[in-house]
Amino acid sequence: MTSLRARLKRGSIAGLATVSASALLLTACGAAPEPGSTSSAGASDYTGCIVSDSGGFDDQSFNQSSYEGLKKAEKDLGIKVNQVESKTNNDFEPNLRAMVTAGCDLTVTVGFLLGDATKAQAAANPDSHFAIIDFGYETPISNVKPIIYDTAQAAFMAGYLAAGTTKTGTVATFGGIKIPTVTIFMDGYADGVKYYNEKKGKDVKLLGWNKDAQDGSFTGDFEKQDVGKQLTRNFLDQGADIVMPVAGPVGKGAGAALQEAKNAGKDVKLIWVDSDGFLTAPDYKEIMLSSVMKQMGEAVETVVKEDKDGKFSNTPYVGTLANDGVQLAPFHDFDSQVPADLKSELDQIKKDIVDGKLKVESAASPKA
Amino acid sequence: MSEQHPPKRTAGEGQGDTQPAKPHQASLAAEETAAVVSVDTAGGAMGPSAVPASAQSGQLPGGPDTLLRKIFTGSGMVSVLAVFLALVIGGLLIASTDTRVASTAGYFFARPADFLTAVWNAATRSYIALFQGAVFNPRGNSVAAQFAPFMETLTIATPLITAGLGVALAFRAGLFNIGAQGQIIVAGILAAWVGFALHLPLGLHLLLVLVAGIVGGALWGGLVGVLKARTGAHEVILTIMFNYIALYFLRYLLNTPAFQRPGESNPISPILDPSAVYPQIFGSQYRLHLGFVLAIGATVLVWWLLNRSTVGFEFRAVGANPKAAQTAGINVSRSTILVMAIAGGLAGMSGVAQVAGTEKVLTDGVAATYGFDAITVALLGRSTPWGTFAAGLLFGAFRAGAVQMQIQTGTPIDIVQVVQSLIVLFIAAPPLVRAVFGLNPRRKKPVRAAKSTKAATTGGAA
Repeated sequence: MTSLRARLKRGSIAGLATVSASALLLTACGAAPEPGSTSSAGASDYTGCIVSDSGGFDDQSFNQSSYEGLKKAEKDLGIKVNQVESKTNNDFEPNLRAMVTAGCDLTVTVGFLLGDATKAQAAANPDSHFAIIDFGYETPISNVKPIIYDTAQAAFMAGYLAAGTTKTGTVATFGGIKIPTVTIFMDGYADGVKYYNEKKGKDVKLLGWNKDAQDGSFTGDFEKQDVGKQLTRNFLDQGADIVMPVAGPVGKGAGAALQEAKNAGKDVKLIWVDSDGFLTAPDYKEIMLSSVMKQMGEAVETVVKEDKDGKFSNTPYVGTLANDGVQLAPFHDFDSQVPADLKSELDQIKKDIVDGKLKVESAASPKA
Repeated sequence: MSEQHPPKRTAGEGQGDTQPAKPHQASLAAEETAAVVSVDTAGGAMGPSAVPASAQSGQLPGGPDTLLRKIFTGSGMVSVLAVFLALVIGGLLIASTDTRVASTAGYFFARPADFLTAVWNAATRSYIALFQGAVFNPRGNSVAAQFAPFMETLTIATPLITAGLGVALAFRAGLFNIGAQGQIIVAGILAAWVGFALHLPLGLHLLLVLVAGIVGGALWGGLVGVLKARTGAHEVILTIMFNYIALYFLRYLLNTPAFQRPGESNPISPILDPSAVYPQIFGSQYRLHLGFVLAIGATVLVWWLLNRSTVGFEFRAVGANPKAAQTAGINVSRSTILVMAIAGGLAGMSGVAQVAGTEKVLTDGVAATYGFDAITVALLGRSTPWGTFAAGLLFGAFRAGAVQMQIQTGTPIDIVQVVQSLIVLFIAAPPLVRAVFGLNPRRKKPVRAAKSTKAATTGGAA
């Protein structure tokens, strides 16, 4: 046993050494650069920082979008960027404090969980500026800018689109966790379907969300794709042909289930959320009808630019259809299949919402 | 470890304790039996317990040996070497994520010195940042700021120590308590509710928060003990499932208005009353709170319980061999229930440290990963109270330092956790470290029978 183990060990180390040696040989033959030829980045002294919640910057959701927005600002505006990921809720306070100590001009915090910590640090450092994504305070704080979204407006259009496109007369949605930033999508979607039924005298059914009861189907987290897949299969079995998953990466589970159904000859479609799924989840291009987009990266970049130019204000940035903070994504490959009538009706809805003629309300709508 | 399972106890056995032996006599008899049993177990002849012998006793059994060899193969030295090895491998990992290292590797053969300096710089810079974030920061403007990192380490160590003690105590009684996570959550729910829903006078309020948390954890842990003692269900399965029950119950509660802030529907509780939170020991510039003092107290208590009390002796006897303990007149059911309740109460203190110490609100991340980290902390501390305390401090230091390491050097926080996991891996497998440093006794002297027995034992314990 001993000798076997020893031999195994030597064998694996030798193998590893061979692999690394050959890798080195393949890659290490470049020429050394001349000393003093260092490249210099942007010249600005402005530092923009970001603190994630426990999802991390690779969460394929709001942490990632916000981070990408800041990185874009780094490139476009030549600012310095500092970022720190939180692993647990306990990290928020030390992370935020470290950011302020590191000399950040503006610190972006992501999500309602960071609300208390941001408030505390803002009070302790009145000269530093903060912006918080997806959370607004009851009483405004002078150096914190909330970045929030009236997502229900764009989701309303998605609901109308789904109702107008379905072949089976049944559409579905589900969420990750029942929190306001998720349910606001589902509220808007439900209202869009309802509005279609009222206008056209149809009876398109919605599975997975009851706006009046504020209850519906949830997978329980933003991680388990197989749960999303199972849930989507159940919806398909109940006759739904269009599904909108509001669950970050779990949406891929829904995509997989729909793709399987599509391969089996069914006519099914997917509505993505947060970003344009045609571009960010290209595996499901074939079934991607449209997406309900929240332009978080753009908002972060705008806020950073404003602050850099000395125009910081604590008035909340509210993403709406009017300022393109929320949008219904292009139909891409489905463009030819969406009837012109439906397209013009959607344009009219957008116009009515922007003008205030059509009110989209959700319990989760930003109150500002 | 995996092939060793405790004998299944039936409901009848639990009630069948008809021996009316006096506690003292029973203890004496049990002491003798336990001693015999522990030798038996050490010899690898039989395996009555699910928990590794090293985790139960804190010492590895062995025959006569030279002093020098004892020092170098002893568990203390192995721990030091394990940390060293982990730091070296971690340093290489850190270097591999460094952009400067990557660019110099491109012309390694043209100027190898560049590459090697870059590797050295990347690793040392990260570890210096880790130290500055965890112990002492010479760049702070004041003495208070310079010691702030150490205070942060103590703060983060607090819940790790108490939960780790709970896990360690259960280990000593032969129970694999995976349930600290759930116990922290249940304690957090009760403590937070008392903290934000009731409005009581200063002093009384905090006391009630603490009691609610400890009772909550003790109930959640004790329930596992009852189920195990009465039905024989395995505690690993029970505690794992109890963790899920606690977590999903917490998520449900956070979706009810009673646990939400007025006018909001985010799953986050109101902030606890000022009278319900731990006072900060060294003023408001540090997060360090009274919970740390209580954690020291808990360590002393567990030490006394295990080493000086009859109950603790019974725990250890049951841990060594439940059958023998039962024969010796120890009520195994009672011990199981009691040890799980105390372990739960200790984990409950971590829940209180979270809601009343650092976070001051209840969210579904209240337990963070402390319940699971507690298992490694307990293993790292060889299941002794002060060992667990020290391991908790080490883990706290890593967590606190990780923040600075991330900010100053851009080392991904995941790499920090990889280094931590490596340390635990090496410490949990002493033969591996000994083999790396050529200290394995059996390789040098394979002829001597006594030596090979010892090696087999340590191998089994890992």
